[in-house]
Amino acid sequence: MTKPLEDFTWQEIELGGILREPGSARDYKVGDWKSQHPVWTKSHCIRCGVCWTVCPEGAIIEEEGGYFDVNLDYCKGCGICARECVIGCISMVTEEE
Amino acid sequence: MAKRVGIEVSLAVSHAVQLARAEAIAAYPITPQTHIVEHLSSLVANGDLEAEFINVESEHSAISACIGTSAAGARTYTATSSQGLALMHEILFIASAMRFPIVMTVANRALSGPLSIWNDHSDIMAARDIGWIQVFVQNGQEAFDHSIMAFKIAEHRRVLLPMIVNLDGFILSHVVEALEFADQDTVDRFLPPYSPWHQLDPKKPVTMGAFGMPEVFAEFKMKHQVTLMNSYDQIMKVWQEWGQLTGRAYHPVEHYKTDGAKILLLTMGCLSEVAEIAVDELRAAGQPVGLLKLRLWRPFPFAALREAVYGAELVIVCDRALSVGGAGGPVLSEVRSVLYPVVPHPKVLGYVIGLGGRDVPPEAFKEIFFQAQAEAEQEPSEEFYMYGVRG
Amino acid sequence: MLEIRFHGRGGQGAVTSVELLALAAIEEGKFAQGFPSFGPERRGAPVLAFLRIDDHHIRLRCKIAQPDVVTILDPSLIRIQKPTADLKTNGIVILNTNKSLAEARQEYGFKHTLALVDANHIAREVLGVLIVNTTMLGALIRATGVVKVDSLEHPLRERFGAMAAKNFAALKAAYEKTVVEEARP
Repeated sequence: MTKPLEDFTWQEIELGGILREPGSARDYKVGDWKSQHPVWTKSHCIRCGVCWTVCPEGAIIEEEGGYFDVNLDYCKGCGICARECVIGCISMVTEEE
Repeated sequence: MAKRVGIEVSLAVSHAVQLARAEAIAAYPITPQTHIVEHLSSLVANGDLEAEFINVESEHSAISACIGTSAAGARTYTATSSQGLALMHEILFIASAMRFPIVMTVANRALSGPLSIWNDHSDIMAARDIGWIQVFVQNGQEAFDHSIMAFKIAEHRRVLLPMIVNLDGFILSHVVEALEFADQDTVDRFLPPYSPWHQLDPKKPVTMGAFGMPEVFAEFKMKHQVTLMNSYDQIMKVWQEWGQLTGRAYHPVEHYKTDGAKILLLTMGCLSEVAEIAVDELRAAGQPVGLLKLRLWRPFPFAALREAVYGAELVIVCDRALSVGGAGGPVLSEVRSVLYPVVPHPKVLGYVIGLGGRDVPPEAFKEIFFQAQAEAEQEPSEEFYMYGVRG
Repeated sequence: MLEIRFHGRGGQGAVTSVELLALAAIEEGKFAQGFPSFGPERRGAPVLAFLRIDDHHIRLRCKIAQPDVVTILDPSLIRIQKPTADLKTNGIVILNTNKSLAEARQEYGFKHTLALVDANHIAREVLGVLIVNTTMLGALIRATGVVKVDSLEHPLRERFGAMAAKNFAALKAAYEKTVVEEARP
């Protein structure tokens, strides 16, 4: 985002309201307010990718070797990944103050 | 001059769209627009028009598909009528806000209920504020001409707005009459291929139809408003250019025998020529009457109308739609409000005529003229008048 | 301007008749309007079709209230639609019937100029089907001279393709066999 929305004049509005910069929502880091975050026990992980599929924020990233981790900038701590993990290798850890 | 040919006006519109080399058509059949898209679909099926014809399950889908094809960069056409236009309603605003230069023919027909398939302007008047350019035509020749010109206007880089050509259902759309076609060479020279302002491309993803947050929504609307008003200049240029090519010039407010007229009838669509006959007869009887034909409805031709009424004492607006519970017809409301700042402004009286396919012969305009003349001499007895209603 | 109204039944081709005649007139360099009585017509129900022909651009957009000519495709419509009620005094009635002029005048009370042809008979013989719309055009042209017979050939070919020749033959046969009698005030 080049400048705050409230600074745009009508002349500066993009034609048709089109957003030409893909992924602009990345600017909004929504992970600040989580009270817990997922932690993987890699030795148990079977790399099935269910956690990646179910994450509503797209915050889970695939790492080298096919294991998964989370981008804490965007994880809201909902715990769906831990709940859905087929072998239970994800645990939710409370945030420290 | 090209030879006149006889053709049903609907088919003449299809032919215009063919000559304009529309690349994508998505439409759903609805009386009295059906012949237009039926014919286009056969042109596409027979290989006479290289276009994608998308059969859809409703008008809501038709206009949505048009947004898709226009976003993909195709010259896009559709046509509808009445309930079909109503079903498109929410998407019509989106098409114009997203600046897709779709061209649409509306074969004007009453909105139900009671169920009516016949002609009036209630369909388009309910879609008055959709942010499209809108014109009305009065005969088959104009329907043909404007169907081609619409693409050039809509697609211009400084316009990029969708455009509606309104033609009266049945009493115009279904009449076999004489008109002159333009040939393909002429149209190709007049209307170059569409070079889209944006084409969907998986390699360069963009977001279309995103939120307009409260911080920018009004700015967005302001831009739409200014662009639509500014499209006026381009409309004039295109009409002029077509006039030079064909000898048929068009104006936002057409004048008929207005010189020295103290009383002006104002009409839209194909009843305008019927009103001409009444004006001829009234003039012959010594009445100081003239006719204004409002061709351009959006953007509203403020200056042209104010100039046109100069010197008139009474303007009689003939609406073909009723704003139930409101100030008469939508055209009356707008004309009154546009003329109010003119000093001194003429009296403006409104008549609602020809609803739901009611026949309007020239005599109707003569009766309206005499009634309005009498009403204007005193305090008008009504806010507006429903002409020819029994009881 | 000449204003002609066709009286027929849904499916008889009255609308096709006015369209063909409009096209023929336009080919001759005239102006014309051909249009149906708009509505949800059902097969067999009485319908109207309208035709205007003029040397100038036509500005009217309403039905024909006082025709110069009425063409009646089916005599059973006379009692239902009263086609001559609003016909101009110097107007012409064109009727498909096997009656003689005297019989037709007596039975239907026609006072206008009257043109008769047994279009049913011609259509059966020439076309092999009882569809009289193109046949009746022959009678209309004979009684009014509004277009040349040959001007119909091209519109018929465009509309009917391989069937055009038979339709044109039926039209010409009707043109030959139509009898016309001046008005009887």
